[in-house]
Amino acid sequence: MIRDEDIIEIREPTLSATERLYLPQILGGMKTTLLHMLRNLLGGEARTVEYPEQKRDLRVANYRGVHRLNRDEQGRVACVSCFMCATACPADCIHIEGAESPWEDREKYPVKFDIDELRCIYCGMCEEACPVDAIELTPHYDLVGRSRQEMILGKEELLSIFDETKAIKPRKNPRITGYLNTGDRDKPGGCDAGGCDSGGCDTGAPSA
Amino acid sequence: MLDSVTSWASECSTCVVDFATSQLGVSVILAAVVFGAMQGVVSYSIYFERKIAAWMQDRRGPNRTGPLGLFQPIADGLKFVFKEDILPNHVDKVLFVLAPTLAFIVAFIGFAAIPWGGQLQIGDRLLNIQVANPDIGLLYLLGVGSMSVYGVVLGGWASNNKYSFYGGIRATAQMISYEIPMGFCILVIVLTMGTLRLENITLAQTGYWANGLIPQWNVFLHPLAFLILFITVLAETNRTPFDLAEAEQELVGGFHTEYGALKFGMFFLGEYAHMITSSAFIAVLFLGGWHLPFVPWAQPEATQWYAVLFKMGVLGAKICGFLFVMIWLRWTLLRFRFDQLMRMAWLGLIPMTLALFLLTVGLLYFDKHRSPVWALGGNAVILFVSLAYVAMSSKPITGRQTNMPVISEREFGGSQAEVSA
Repeated sequence: MIRDEDIIEIREPTLSATERLYLPQILGGMKTTLLHMLRNLLGGEARTVEYPEQKRDLRVANYRGVHRLNRDEQGRVACVSCFMCATACPADCIHIEGAESPWEDREKYPVKFDIDELRCIYCGMCEEACPVDAIELTPHYDLVGRSRQEMILGKEELLSIFDETKAIKPRKNPRITGYLNTGDRDKPGGCDAGGCDSGGCDTGAPSA
Repeated sequence: MLDSVTSWASECSTCVVDFATSQLGVSVILAAVVFGAMQGVVSYSIYFERKIAAWMQDRRGPNRTGPLGLFQPIADGLKFVFKEDILPNHVDKVLFVLAPTLAFIVAFIGFAAIPWGGQLQIGDRLLNIQVANPDIGLLYLLGVGSMSVYGVVLGGWASNNKYSFYGGIRATAQMISYEIPMGFCILVIVLTMGTLRLENITLAQTGYWANGLIPQWNVFLHPLAFLILFITVLAETNRTPFDLAEAEQELVGGFHTEYGALKFGMFFLGEYAHMITSSAFIAVLFLGGWHLPFVPWAQPEATQWYAVLFKMGVLGAKICGFLFVMIWLRWTLLRFRFDQLMRMAWLGLIPMTLALFLLTVGLLYFDKHRSPVWALGGNAVILFVSLAYVAMSSKPITGRQTNMPVISEREFGGSQAEVSA
């Protein structure tokens, strides 16, 4: 049952006399476009950028462009091959092959890590799913290739993208190494409670 | 032997010169020059359309092909030529090919009757700078102009595609409606001028009123007819806000959905050529053609070659002015809805032009048809009455309902109560 007080009556605003005449409105519109044109002709700046030469200032922190695979402090791949990103991926574009880690601080590491950049919809779910912040999206958007095969980026390419972009977008929350040995990584005083900026959580070497 | 060859050559050259300085020769040369020049102007009007659109929208427009993007029309033309010319299986083959050809040809032959530059004196001969100067020049232009819709209609029909067909039907209905006010506007000029010959219409506008201050251009006599003719020309050339025949958002591409490559290019060139012909037409009818007041080179007495070139430049400048306004309007206004289009023609423009026509007939009867005071007064009265009518009528010209009855609460609540009970 719809109650009377729930009904909202919406009426179109009535037109004034000049609006009904239509011609003044047309002239007003023509004035606007002409002023824009004159402003652009008399040395005004266009709102667009000359793309290949000039690039937009992106919001580096949250722009979702090409992926990168982060390295930890010792330059090793940060991924622990947990498959969370591949599971979360709605486009099914991440393919990981894991193997036993040669390092002591984690169980697994990826032997292969392929992302099909043509299948990817750049939703950023992989980044959110990653427990160790190993996969991140970068502000790079001008990814080109001559074949579909070329657009499937492998582990080394993704790592090299990290090398290229770490200057403009540092790894934000490095908390990988040591979690195996410290047990509960979410415990108070751990990474999530702060101290991550100083890199206190991941001194690299096993602490215990 | 050599003598005979040289004499033959000199004879031949005099014969060529004779031909070139005859009226027929001038017409042929002018036709070739105008046809060539128009192709260039048409391609560059497309370039300027894109540039102006960009400026109005704070963009840069084409700027990659050559300096300032000036080679863009050439690149576009090459693209049209080298693309695969597809003839779909489901189309009416003959009409499908005929339609763009017709649109293209019809748009260009209209130039034949435009008086480009008065008269040129060579020796003791006076030559008309006009491809043809028929008695019925105005009717010829009108007829050729109305034929331009055939390209659109045939293209829509031959495509065997419902969207193209809708586009063609819309174009036809629009053309039929807007030909009427256009015809009335032209009748006003014909009655005032008393001639259908375009050169004579231009010549009749070269005098002055008010002690030589105001040129006797028809726009100062019937400004309302000028405005309405411009609106109908926009409709006739399928320009925004009247481009319903190719409304992308509703009809894919309208009549040219199935067209590609050179055939689409011909439609495209035809549309712009039609814009130029129509602009020249309005310039001749209302803005004195090649005449420019107070400039000695642009007077009918000036028949030297440089004066003729200057006059052609004057007419060209007027055409460019119209083209700019058409482009300006396109990037300012939204497209009409089809019922708005029809309402504007049948309930707005036709009554107004009918009143203008009656006004002119009345002025003609009292021999006041060349008197600016009477004509301007009549125009002002008609404009004022129409605007007052529009402002007071319950339905605005856009057809928006302002006085929609609100469903009463009682009615609504009552029916609900019954349902729940």
